[in-house]
Amino acid sequence: MNVTLTVNGQAISRDVEPRMLLAEFLRDELRLTGTHVGCDTTQCGCCIVHLDGEAVKSCTLFAVQADGSKVTTIEGLAGTDGALHPVQAAFREHHGLQCGFCTPGMVMMGADIVRRIPGADDETVRHELEGNICRCTGYQGIVEAIVDAAAQARS
Amino acid sequence: MLDFTYHRPASVADAAKIVGEIEDAKLMAGGMTLIPTMKQRLASPSDIVDLGRIPELKGIRRDGADLVIGAMTRHADVASSALVREAIPALASLAGQIGDPAVRHRGTIGGSISNADPAADYPAGVVGLDAVVETNQRQIAADDFFTGLFDTALEPGEIVTGVRFRAPDAANYQKLRHPASGYAVVGVMVARFGSNIRVAITGAGPSVFRAMEMEAALSAKFAVESLAGVSIDAADLLSDMHASADYRAHVVGVLAKRAVAAIS
Ligand SMILES: Cc1cc2nc3c(=O)[nH]c(=O)nc-3n(C[C@H](O)[C@H](O)[C@H](O)COP(=O)(O)OP(=O)(O)OC[C@H]3O[C@@H](n4cnc5c(N)ncnc54)[C@H](O)[C@@H]3O)c2cc1C
Ligand code: FES
Ligand code: FES
Repeated sequence: MNVTLTVNGQAISRDVEPRMLLAEFLRDELRLTGTHVGCDTTQCGCCIVHLDGEAVKSCTLFAVQADGSKVTTIEGLAGTDGALHPVQAAFREHHGLQCGFCTPGMVMMGADIVRRIPGADDETVRHELEGNICRCTGYQGIVEAIVDAAAQARS
Repeated sequence: MLDFTYHRPASVADAAKIVGEIEDAKLMAGGMTLIPTMKQRLASPSDIVDLGRIPELKGIRRDGADLVIGAMTRHADVASSALVREAIPALASLAGQIGDPAVRHRGTIGGSISNADPAADYPAGVVGLDAVVETNQRQIAADDFFTGLFDTALEPGEIVTGVRFRAPDAANYQKLRHPASGYAVVGVMVARFGSNIRVAITGAGPSVFRAMEMEAALSAKFAVESLAGVSIDAADLLSDMHASADYRAHVVGVLAKRAVAAIS
């Protein structure tokens, strides 16, 4: 079945099996391997991408459901000039990663939080991160980074 | 996961036609339960009928004094809707407590109630608020809709099109959230319609149910004290690795009191 969608600003058209997950489409078809699959059971958030601007778990979405949509992955979050997204910059500043496996999902969810809730405080960010798991348990730096980016978004 | 044929109808009538003709076809809303179930091969439908591109199933509208929420309206939309927050803030709050933000961007009210997970939040909202489930064939009172564990009054191929709510004078939803899954270990919706009080409980039993003794006590006098001495029989409740039936019975009492306190 044909899917035509925009990924990181680029128009893409491919024939896929209906059962192909968006995460598989991004990783295997497009070789965009920044999107990670940590659990495949909708729990860890490592696979989060933006579908038409909203954070979704790409391991629980068929590529055919994204037909006609705009998808942004971690590879497309920075500006075309290479300038980091404020959440990416804040992760660097606050040491928001250890092994880095959960990081793409954390950053994509962080960007979604900052968009929806500028000025989000520590408690709000922790609540909003309920669907993201960091196996290194480095939550402190992750939360600090997102709170910082959310504060910048308000000012 | 086994492959399937994918359909993307543009209307409820077209969707009904496909599920009517293909015995093994399955409706898909956001896929938040269906896709994990298919990965485990607990479901392997021959055909999937995606309801995601049917405009008539989406959105929240006022109809006289009622609020009608389309089946494909996502949890995030209900949680952030100005209409819902104004008319039934307890329902917006309930929707905002489901799962996590990414799940709320895909999961729908129609999918949640059709699936009738014993630990889902919406069943308590739909029954507690005395809503009416609208399908492509009929209207079903909430009290008649949930019939058991993962079981509803829906006939094979019947499509939920929306849920019709009337605004209560006051309502409150309290939930003990499972720390890993987010689902309700116990969830209690208390709603006051004049002197008529409804108390609906999810998570605790095999299916959502109304706490009739609590309702009677609160209808006589709507106050936290009225619940003193009213208990829920643990014999009818679930015991699993998350919580024992006795514990769930206790938590029902605690959450019901909190809900009443919040609105009295
Ligand atoms: C990680 C995670 C955490 C979650 N946490 C919670 C939680 O805390 N509380 C909670 O309540 N839920 C929770 N959920 C469930 C979530 O809220 C979804 O609403 C639920 O899974 C249903 O998903 P869906 O709407 O995408 O329906 P689908 O998965 O697409 O469909 C579910 C079932 O309903 C049928 N169906 C769908 N739409 C219709 C319709 N209009 N008419 C007739 N039948 C239909 C389908 O055929 C299928 O059998 C969680 C899910 C995940 C993955
Ligand atoms: S891989 Fe998608 S949520 Fe874990
Ligand atoms: S940094 Fe290692 S999993 Fe989060």
